[in-house]
Amino acid sequence: MREIEAAAITETVARLAVESTHFLPKDVEGAIRDARETERSPLGVQIIDEILENAEIARERMLPLCQDTGTAVVHVELGQDVHVSGGYLIDAINAGIEQGYGEGYLRKSIVEHPFGTRTNTGTNAPGVIQTEIVPGEQIHIGFMPKGGGCENMSRYQNFLPGEGRRAVIDFVCETVDVSGGNPCPPLIIGVGVGGTAEKAMTIAKHSLFRKVGERNPDAEVAALEGDLLEAVNALGVGPQAVGGSTTALDVFVETFPTHIAALPVAVNIQCHSARTKHAVL
Amino acid sequence: MAESRAITLPLTDEVIDGLRIGDHVEFSGVIHTARDAAHKRIVAMADAGEELPLDLRGQVIYYVGPTPPREGQVIGSAGPTTAMRLDPYTPRMLELGVKGMIGKGGRGQTVREAIQAGHAIYCIAVGGTGALLNRHIRSAEVVAFEDLGTEAIRRLEVDRFPAIVVNDAFGGDLLEAGRRQYRTSSRPVPIGGSGA
Repeated sequence: MREIEAAAITETVARLAVESTHFLPKDVEGAIRDARETERSPLGVQIIDEILENAEIARERMLPLCQDTGTAVVHVELGQDVHVSGGYLIDAINAGIEQGYGEGYLRKSIVEHPFGTRTNTGTNAPGVIQTEIVPGEQIHIGFMPKGGGCENMSRYQNFLPGEGRRAVIDFVCETVDVSGGNPCPPLIIGVGVGGTAEKAMTIAKHSLFRKVGERNPDAEVAALEGDLLEAVNALGVGPQAVGGSTTALDVFVETFPTHIAALPVAVNIQCHSARTKHAVL
Repeated sequence: MAESRAITLPLTDEVIDGLRIGDHVEFSGVIHTARDAAHKRIVAMADAGEELPLDLRGQVIYYVGPTPPREGQVIGSAGPTTAMRLDPYTPRMLELGVKGMIGKGGRGQTVREAIQAGHAIYCIAVGGTGALLNRHIRSAEVVAFEDLGTEAIRRLEVDRFPAIVVNDAFGGDLLEAGRRQYRTSSRPVPIGGSGA
């Protein structure tokens, strides 16, 4: 059994909030740079150049990459041999969100009572926190400031089991087509297939923590990822939907065993400002 | 790289006459910010016959909710938000005299028609480039609805603020035209294919 102080978790989450919102991950920046070489639309290339310049300015001047510093999505893998002392894990994470969004001059975008008064909580807490119990005596924290524009384009649908792979491709293409410029393409697309409704969306979201180019270890799923990327980029949506050959930088698919009656498909879209940051305690 | 057109604000009818979809423009002068909550309030005030906190005639409205500035900065990160959410208010805003809008993503059919009828333009700034756009904002001052925080109406002085014309005054729609031009897929373009 290993002791980890709640205060250390708070400090870590605060740091992840600031770093993730200012520094674009190298793999994402590299993928955008690569897309510049293949983009067919001159206007698309110009947009990609502005995105790359933005990453440089954000880094050098400590300005958030995007004014939408998101809902704080936190994925925690808690080793079962860890004991958190000095406070409740979830409170420690929310305290870290409050601290990071305050110290980092980040936008507080979270409102109470979604259909009512919509009063801003003023702290960007609470975060959307997923916890998973894993073997070992470490805590792994994944932090994702998830923008409202791309999250709004999430979709879920139940298909007939016999519709299979074709249904997944059609649904993803349709989602990208109708989303247009709203989720800020070039996109990274998370797809969850199987499980139940909430499981499908959870694995779709979790896939967005992967690095660009990282394939699903299952060859059949990896092949679907490749076909999806090709199908999506043939749509011509392009950077910011002005038309072009770069609609998505990557597509990640996660699967989970499902019911004999079911084929759940969830799509969770990430904008080009694909901000994630990890820490291990 | 496409050539950029320098535009000094306010927008005149002559300038709007000369703009077409796909034009890359750089705005210099004064624009005002407003997003969901401010639009809702302005339209409610106008409908109730109350005096508006600013004269909207000839104005360019920028859909943005910036991050708070650090010491010594005039504004924080300040990129565009999704324009479609403002669609329900936009025909009324155009009636009140708005001539230009800057956001991201496409507009619905009703708004496109209202833009043409109002001889106005809708442009996008590149979504997710709030740090870059910060560098084109010279001053920022809250002029109305301070209680709305990031959603308050701000008067911004901008210098060579980059944008792309998506809907011109002649009914053109860049997102629809662009998608048709670059589409290699056999799938039909969805109705209202600009993501509106």
